[in-house]
Amino acid sequence: MQGPVYFDIAHMLAGGLVLVSMMMLYQDRLYALLNVFALHSLLLTLSVAWQAFIQGAPHLYVTAAIALIFKVVVIPVALHHMIRKLGIHREIETVVGIGATMLAGIGLVALSIVVMLRVTPEADPLTREDLAFALSVLLLGLLIMVTRRNAVSQVVGFMSLENGLVLAAAGAKGMPLVVEISVAFSILIAFIVIGVFLFRIRERFDTVDVRALDDVRGRRRK
Amino acid sequence: MTSVALMLSCVAALLATVVLAAFIARSRLATPAIYSLSLGISAIAFSTGLVQLSSPAADSPALVLPFGLPWLGAHFRLDPLAAFFLVVVNLGGAFASLYGLGYGRHEHAPHRVLPFFPAFLVGMNLVILSDDAFTFLLSWEFMSLASWALVMAHHRDAGNRRAGYIYIVMASFGTLALLLAFGLLAGPDGAYGFAAMRAAQHTPFTTGLVFVLLMLGAGSKAGLVPLHVWLPLAHPAAPSHVSALMSGVMTKVAVYGVIRVLFDLVGTPAWWSSLVVLLIGGGTAVLGILHALMERDLKRMLAYSTIENIGVVFVGLGLALAFKDAGMELAAALAMTAALFQVLNHSFFKSLLFFGAGAVLTQTGERDLEKLGGLIHRMPVTAFAFLVACVAISALPPFNGFASEWLVFQAILQSPDLPQWALTILVPAVGGLLALSAAVAAACFVRAFGIAFLGQPITEASAGASEADRFSLAAMAILAALCLLAGILPGIVIDALSPVTKLLVGGRMPVQTDVPWLSIVPVAESRSSYNGLLVFLFIGFSAWLSATVIHRFASRALRRAPVWDCGFPGIDATMQYTAGSFAQPARRVFGTLVFRARERVDMPPPGALIPARFELEFHDLVWEGLCLPVAGAVGFVAEKLNHLQFLTIRRYLSLVFLALVLLLLVLALWS
Repeated sequence: MQGPVYFDIAHMLAGGLVLVSMMMLYQDRLYALLNVFALHSLLLTLSVAWQAFIQGAPHLYVTAAIALIFKVVVIPVALHHMIRKLGIHREIETVVGIGATMLAGIGLVALSIVVMLRVTPEADPLTREDLAFALSVLLLGLLIMVTRRNAVSQVVGFMSLENGLVLAAAGAKGMPLVVEISVAFSILIAFIVIGVFLFRIRERFDTVDVRALDDVRGRRRK
Repeated sequence: MTSVALMLSCVAALLATVVLAAFIARSRLATPAIYSLSLGISAIAFSTGLVQLSSPAADSPALVLPFGLPWLGAHFRLDPLAAFFLVVVNLGGAFASLYGLGYGRHEHAPHRVLPFFPAFLVGMNLVILSDDAFTFLLSWEFMSLASWALVMAHHRDAGNRRAGYIYIVMASFGTLALLLAFGLLAGPDGAYGFAAMRAAQHTPFTTGLVFVLLMLGAGSKAGLVPLHVWLPLAHPAAPSHVSALMSGVMTKVAVYGVIRVLFDLVGTPAWWSSLVVLLIGGGTAVLGILHALMERDLKRMLAYSTIENIGVVFVGLGLALAFKDAGMELAAALAMTAALFQVLNHSFFKSLLFFGAGAVLTQTGERDLEKLGGLIHRMPVTAFAFLVACVAISALPPFNGFASEWLVFQAILQSPDLPQWALTILVPAVGGLLALSAAVAAACFVRAFGIAFLGQPITEASAGASEADRFSLAAMAILAALCLLAGILPGIVIDALSPVTKLLVGGRMPVQTDVPWLSIVPVAESRSSYNGLLVFLFIGFSAWLSATVIHRFASRALRRAPVWDCGFPGIDATMQYTAGSFAQPARRVFGTLVFRARERVDMPPPGALIPARFELEFHDLVWEGLCLPVAGAVGFVAEKLNHLQFLTIRRYLSLVFLALVLLLLVLALWS
C-alpha cells in the first residue's frame, strides 16, 4: 500500500512537526508555548495514525490514541493548571536571542537532513526522510531545553524531544507496541516527576527559575 | 587431556591456592602450605610446557571456554612460543616458591603476600596461554594488579607507597595503550580472536600505530627507557622472591607480548620498526647499566640491571625483525634464538641474584651496599651462588650469559648483508652500545660482589650475619647449577628453541647437537664456533693447576699479616674501598653527561675545626625531563577541568547537546 500520495502526506505531516518545533523556539509566553506544544502533539498523532494506515499496522493506532489523550489533552491542560496555580504566566526569558536560536534551529535541521541522507543511502526513502525529520525534531527539542531557563519550558522541550522519538519509532516498520507504550508512559512519568519537582522548588524558593537551584549547589560547594 | 587443558587445570589449582591462602593466611602453617602448593603446581606446569616445546609434532592445541565476552568466549592456545615462555614463567615460579618456603618465615605480614603470590603466577600463565585480545588484556591487568598488591605488601614504608603509586599509574597507562593496539588490530568488526587478527590484512598506517602503542604498552611493562621509571622503584619494594619473579619473569611476559604481536599477529610490521626497536634496545641497555653502576641500594641495582638485560633482548628482537624483513631467515633465526636464550638466562641469574640479595637482607637487614661487607665468611654458600650469578650476568664464559650475548653479537655480525643502508650503519653502532653495556655490567657486578661479600664488615648488622636457611640455599644452588649447565651445553637450548624460531621467522639455526664436541656453530664452521664445555674444562683445569702450584711451591702455610697502611696508622674497616668510590671513575666519565652529576669538595682552611664536606649532585634526566612535566601537565588539566564538576544543569545539557551536534557534524563531513 504505497504510492506517491501516501508518501507525500506522511512527508507533509512529519515536515509539519519540524515546522511546529521551530515555532516553539520563538514562543516567549508560557501559555502560547503550551498551545504550540499541543499542536505539535496533535501533528504527531496524525502522523502516527497515517503511518498506521499506510503500513497497515493497527497497533500504531493505539500509539496515536495515547499521544492524543496524553500529549494533546492531559499534559497541556495539567501544565496550564500548574502555571495558573503558580502564577507564572509572565514572559519567558530566553537565554540566547530569538534570532540566533532560530538560526541555530535551521542549522540543526540542515545538519540532521545531511547526516541522515549520507548515512542511509540504501534505506527505504519514506523511512529515510521520516528519520531525518525525527532527528530534527529531537535536536530542536534539545535546543529548547538548552536555551530556556524556566523549568516548565524545559519540560515542554523535553516532551517535544520525546515526540521526535515516537515519530522515529512509528516510521520504522515492525516496532512492537510494548516499546511504544513504554515510551509514552516514560513521558507521563517524567511529567509527573517534573511536576512534583516544580512544586517542591516553588515551595522552597518561590520561583521556578532553575537558577535558584544553581545557587543552592553553589552554596554547598563552599 | 590436551596440554592446554592440563595447563588450565594448573591455573585453576593455583586459583584454588589463592582462595585457600585468603582463608588460612594468618595461621602458622600457611607459609609452608601455600609455597609448597605453588611449587608443586609450577613444577607440573613447567613439565607440561617443556613436553609441549620438545614434542616433535608441535601442533598447537587450542581450547575455548565459555567465559569472557559472550560472543567470543575465552580462547587458549599452546604454540611453541607460548610453551617456551610458560617454561620460563613456571621455572621462575617454582624457584621463587622453593625460596619462599624459607624466606617466607621472615615475613612479618604473610597475609599480605600469601594470597597474591599464586595470583601473580596465575596472571602470568594466563597472559601467555590466552588466544584472544580480551582474555589477554584481562590476564595482563590481573597480573599487574596482583604484582601491585605484592609491591604494596609492606605499605607502611612511604617509599613503597610511592613505588606502588607510580607502578599502578604506569601499569594502567600500559594497559590502555595495549587496549588501543588490540582495538586497532581487531578492526571495525571487533574480531578479537588472535586467529582472526592473524588472518586479517592490516594497512601500513594501522601496523605503524599498533607498533607505537605496543612499545608504549608492553615496553613500559618490560622497562624500556624512557618508560622504565617505575621498575627500579617497584621491583625492589616487593619481598625478594617476588622481586625475583617481577624482574626475572614478569618483564619476560612483557617481552612475550611484544613478540606475539610484532612477529605473529601484525603480519608485516612497518620497515622502521626494527630501527626503533634497535635504537631503544641499545639505549635501554646502556642507560640501565649506568644507573645500576651508580646505585648503592643492592636490590635497586639489580632492578636497573634488569633494564639493561631487557635492552639486550630488544636488540635481539630488533635484529630478528630487520633480518625477517630482508628475507634472511637464517640470520633472523639466529637473532631470535639469541633474544629468547637471553630471556631464559636472565630469568635464571636475575632470580638467583634477587634470592641472594633477599638472603643478605634477611640476615643483615640492609640493602645499602655501603653498609655491607665481609659476608663471604659468614654466608659462604650464598656468596658462591651470588658470585656464579655475577659472572653469568657479566657475560663471562663458561656461564650462560656469555653464550646468549655471544649469539647476539654473532647476529650483529650478519648485518652487513642487510639491504637498507640505514640499518647496516646503525647495527654496528648498536653493537658498540651493547659492548659498552656488557663492560659496564661486569664493573657493576664486580662492585656489587666485592663490596657486599668481600673485605671487612663495616656495620654490626653485616658482622652478625649467618648463613641462609636450607630452602633458600637449595633454590640458589640449583639456579647456579642451571646457569653453568646452560652455559656449557648451549646447543641443547638452541635446538629446543628451533620450533619457536620456525614459527616466528620461518627459519631455524643449524642443528647444534650434531656438531662434534658439543660446540655451537651459529652460521658456519668457517665463521665462528664456541665450545662452552672446553672453556669450562680449561678454566677449571688451569685454576686447579695454578692453585696447586701456588700452594705447593709458594705459600704453603696460611699467614696473617698486618695490612700495609701507607704510613697512616689506625686503619679500620670503614676506610675500605666503598661502593661510591668504586663507581666514581665511571661517574666522572659518563655521569656528567648522562646524569648531570656534579661533585663538590669543601676543604676547610688549615687550622679550622669544621669537617671537610663532599657533595654529590645527581639528576635522573628521564624523571625530570619527561615524567615530572607529564605529571605536571596532567595535574594542570585536571585542575582546569575541575570546574566542570560545578556547572548548572542547563550547562550540562548544553555540553551534551554540543557533543551530539559535534558528532553528527563529524558524521556528516566524514562519510
